[in-house]
Amino acid sequence: MSLAFENTSLTLRNRKILDDVSGLFKRGRVTVILGANGAGKSSLLSCLAGLRQPQTGRITVDDRSIHEMEGKERGRLIGLLPQRPDIHWNIDVKTVVGLGRLPHSGRWGMNAADHEAVAKAMEATDCTGLAERKVLRLSGGELGRVLLGRVLAGEPQWLLADEPLASLDPAHQFDVLDKLKNYAAAGNGVVIVLHDLTQAARCADDIMIMKDGAILAAGSRDEVIVPDIMAQAYGVEVQISTSDNGEPLVVPVRRLR
Amino acid sequence: MSWLDRKTLWLNGLLLIGLIVTMLLSLAVGKVSVAPSAWLGDDLSALIIMELRVPRTILGAAIGAALGMAGATMQGYLRNPLADPGVFGVSASSALGAVTSLYFGFAMTAWLLPVFALIGAGIGMALLTLLAGRSGSLILFTLAGVILSSLAGSLTSLMISLAPTPFATTEIVTWLMGALTDRSWDDVKLAVPIIAIGMLFLIATGRSLDALTLGEDAARSMGVNILHLQWFAVIGVGLTVGASVAAAGIIGFVGLIVPHLVRPFAGHRPSAVLLPSALAGALLLVGADSAVRILPSVSELRLGIAMSLLGAPFFMALLFKMRRELN
Repeated sequence: MSLAFENTSLTLRNRKILDDVSGLFKRGRVTVILGANGAGKSSLLSCLAGLRQPQTGRITVDDRSIHEMEGKERGRLIGLLPQRPDIHWNIDVKTVVGLGRLPHSGRWGMNAADHEAVAKAMEATDCTGLAERKVLRLSGGELGRVLLGRVLAGEPQWLLADEPLASLDPAHQFDVLDKLKNYAAAGNGVVIVLHDLTQAARCADDIMIMKDGAILAAGSRDEVIVPDIMAQAYGVEVQISTSDNGEPLVVPVRRLR
Repeated sequence: MSWLDRKTLWLNGLLLIGLIVTMLLSLAVGKVSVAPSAWLGDDLSALIIMELRVPRTILGAAIGAALGMAGATMQGYLRNPLADPGVFGVSASSALGAVTSLYFGFAMTAWLLPVFALIGAGIGMALLTLLAGRSGSLILFTLAGVILSSLAGSLTSLMISLAPTPFATTEIVTWLMGALTDRSWDDVKLAVPIIAIGMLFLIATGRSLDALTLGEDAARSMGVNILHLQWFAVIGVGLTVGASVAAAGIIGFVGLIVPHLVRPFAGHRPSAVLLPSALAGALLLVGADSAVRILPSVSELRLGIAMSLLGAPFFMALLFKMRRELN
């Protein structure tokens, strides 16, 4: 019940992006990947989703290599929410969410199970009321929900999200993270790349921190979100405290030279 | 979710009825008036219908459908509403093949010109895939198409300037303008099966084009093989456009205009635009070909020129609409 990568190396244009990294994610848990810009977080996510083939190493779901799977089978197991919304035609919301069923549906369209999964995903992401709206006319928050709905419609066992909070206001950030936590609580694996340290500390069961293409630290929130590791990862001093409602607060206070 | 969507069924039905009516009108119009009762007779006027107008109308519909669907596929694949089948350079290389046969005087044998055009299209497709490589990258692919278009276009111009006789020059230039005049059943037999096979390839791209709406990463994560999609698009566009150029020369703008015309009714989902674009392309070309036949001009207006003339005001209207929206 795991998504694992072993001795994975990726070199692009003579630059080592991932340097012999290994790690493991568990189902039923939210794992957040942290790290400074260029640390290799998005590249690792691309490799895990099967979009990039690392030069060395093996990526497996329950001991089966994802690169030996047919594209659609991999798509059914692993859903990816890419970093930037990249929508080219003004199609309606229901169609966008329906596209999430592509790895499941046959050549001639969607069946009853597909329609049911789409309705469920739209409900889970509060998109039912937006069904007929055109996607390019949505606000940033609505679009974020719709794109998450598209991934949920595929009912993947593993959901990989690359900076899903970018361009969302705080209220919508809470909404999206809560939905991802619910998805993990239902027995699926969720891996999220984040930049917001407080949101990461709040939603993560496990945290993996990357630096220069390597894993700097991995473990539970309390093991990893400590000033020393944060200083090494980001070159900043952080203050760690607890809010009135018991949630963690991780605030960068100054840059370390 | 498939290319034949329930929502667009009514649109396809209307376009099909419109196409049938336009095809019947196309049989009726021309310099010689033939009453419908005489269409199936044995005399000379029936011969005009069966040997000239029927193949011309079928060819017009097939070429219009081919160009319309190829245009819709190109726009979906390149995710650009201003892409047209010419971007791949297949029509330019097909035209170069045809011009080569005219240059060497091979066109005296009727079937050699279309065969040369198809060989040109085949070489163009092969070069395109060789140049673009196996990455499936859109930018490499577009650049390869631009290189091919420009190379084939300049070689065609070179052939015109070096043509052995003024007659050959005239023949080449006139042929390049595109027309359906004097086409026979032989042209239908050559072009229509190739166009039909090409359209099957194009239809098969539909669901992958839909996935591409969300960007390449999202599409690939859902199991879409971008390289296969590229192959299907190249083969489909190559066969449809290659066979169209082989049968009628270069007829521009159909592939560019038609998807724009159907999108407000079919929606923007790429696969839903494919079939209506084919039907509307057929309707537009058969209609335009009927119009050029009855225009009061000394010699018949070339169909390729007529379509280009339609193209400019169409894009002018589009430009003014977009300007209004921006303001």
